[in-house]
Amino acid sequence: MLKKTCLFLAAASALLAQDAEKLAALESAVQAAQSSGDNAWMLTSSALVLMMTGPGLALFYSGLVRKKNVLGTMMQSFILMAVVTVLWALVGYSIAFGEATPYFGDLRFALMNGVGGEPNGDYAGTIPHQTFMVFQLMFAIITPALISGAFAERMKFSAMLLFCSLWLLIVYAPMAHMVWGKGGLFNAFSGGKLPCFDFAGGTVVHITSGVSALVCALYLGKRVGYPTETMKPHSLVLSFIGACLLWVGWFGFNAGSALGSGSLATSAFVATHFGAAAATVGWLVAECLRGGKPSVLGGITGAVAGLVAITPASGFVKPMPALVIGFAAGIVCYLMVAVVKHKFGYDDSLDAFGVHGAGGTLGALLTGVFATNAVNNALKDSAGNPAPLGLVDGNGGQILNQAIGSALAWGLAIVGTLVILKICDAVVGLRVAPEHEIQGLDLSQHGEEGYSLES
Amino acid sequence: MKKIEAIIQPFKLEEVKEALKAIGIDGMTVTEVRGHGRQKGHKEVYRGQEYMVDLLPKVKLELVVPSSRLEEVIKTLTAAARTGKIGDGKLFLYDVAEAVRIRNDDRGEAAL
Repeated sequence: MLKKTCLFLAAASALLAQDAEKLAALESAVQAAQSSGDNAWMLTSSALVLMMTGPGLALFYSGLVRKKNVLGTMMQSFILMAVVTVLWALVGYSIAFGEATPYFGDLRFALMNGVGGEPNGDYAGTIPHQTFMVFQLMFAIITPALISGAFAERMKFSAMLLFCSLWLLIVYAPMAHMVWGKGGLFNAFSGGKLPCFDFAGGTVVHITSGVSALVCALYLGKRVGYPTETMKPHSLVLSFIGACLLWVGWFGFNAGSALGSGSLATSAFVATHFGAAAATVGWLVAECLRGGKPSVLGGITGAVAGLVAITPASGFVKPMPALVIGFAAGIVCYLMVAVVKHKFGYDDSLDAFGVHGAGGTLGALLTGVFATNAVNNALKDSAGNPAPLGLVDGNGGQILNQAIGSALAWGLAIVGTLVILKICDAVVGLRVAPEHEIQGLDLSQHGEEGYSLES
Repeated sequence: MKKIEAIIQPFKLEEVKEALKAIGIDGMTVTEVRGHGRQKGHKEVYRGQEYMVDLLPKVKLELVVPSSRLEEVIKTLTAAARTGKIGDGKLFLYDVAEAVRIRNDDRGEAAL
């Protein structure tokens, strides 16, 4: 009897072991499938975000300048695709995503040390660390490129390169660390002391670039002939194509910031699209209410303003609030560009501040209103339940946190940009000579013409 | 010989060319120009910034014709270029001292 029982037990445990083995194999297969799915979307998103800079932003901006500056303006975006990549590989990524202080990272990932095919669980557990690194790189490329809208048509190529390189390391990388880095000051999901929600870069990308743009516009002064001379966009056709590419690329920017291909990515995708659509309508309504015609430039600028404002909120809000945020951004950014700018008289040539600075700040604040754990439950309270996020969850104090995060981004952008401009002014000089400005950047800086009548 | 300088609406160029061809006038030089007479320009608005555009796109035709055919050409040209609205353009007439065909040194009306 005893013997029989023993035999039975042995057979049962053998079966159990077999089951466990099967189960483990199944589990790892499921993990591999999820990992492949996530990685496919994240690589696609990375490519989409690069497309936002070139050709998206390059076309959007270069259509808005006069034709003598079309190549110079394109080059300001394009060169950053190269230079920021090199800086990011050397030290930029590590300053942003290493660990050390709440303000900036150490050099553990410098020279791509330890950045390989294995996932980094601190950031994204289902995709290779390299995928995460290259996705973040695309953000680092477009952010300084956005600033170029403020100093368009008058900055030396050398000064622009030096400025953007220093700006990436001194302003962008620390800000990215504070918001997204492990142990960052504002990183709610990694023990940050001042949780400021920024899903895809309202503070990190748009406030920093937009506010720095305003500082650049004020520091450099107006273009020769502004505002008496006609400086109308030389090709809204280029700008139109660029803006549409930005809209599409933004799905990678925001939905990609889910760092996976699950339902959060879908939610961010929908919010992004809704924000852009509502802002387009908002801008055009504002334009018509002020007695103007519904312009194409207004429509595409409104779309970009909506995309900017929804960026910090995209992974935290439901579709209806996304419409509200977008519509508000369309109207506010229109007033910033069409009324406030002319009142103060600064020459933010392509409205980098009016769209990105204002839209980014508005979006950051409204994220504190509409963020909800019904969309994003990654943040847990001490009992392990989803923590309330914004005002709609009953956490009105989050608006204050958002304001603090935005204020710090403003402060860092203002101080950092001023210091960097001083350095660049002393080392290479910021502005091209007046005769070169009149001749145009294409000829004076690059020795080429965008449109050649002789050939 | 007379030279006619005609400033016309760009969209009338094809009609004018066809009409001149129909009465046997083949040679002409065409330039895209910008200008205005009594016609007022228009306002363009870019992100709230207003620009007055008073130089409008026009086409300038230059042709030299035998004096004997001048009235006939003027009549054909004006009829073809006219819409009756402000902005139709103008003709200016000049005396031409000499014409030379570069290929074979033809002179005067033979060179036209």
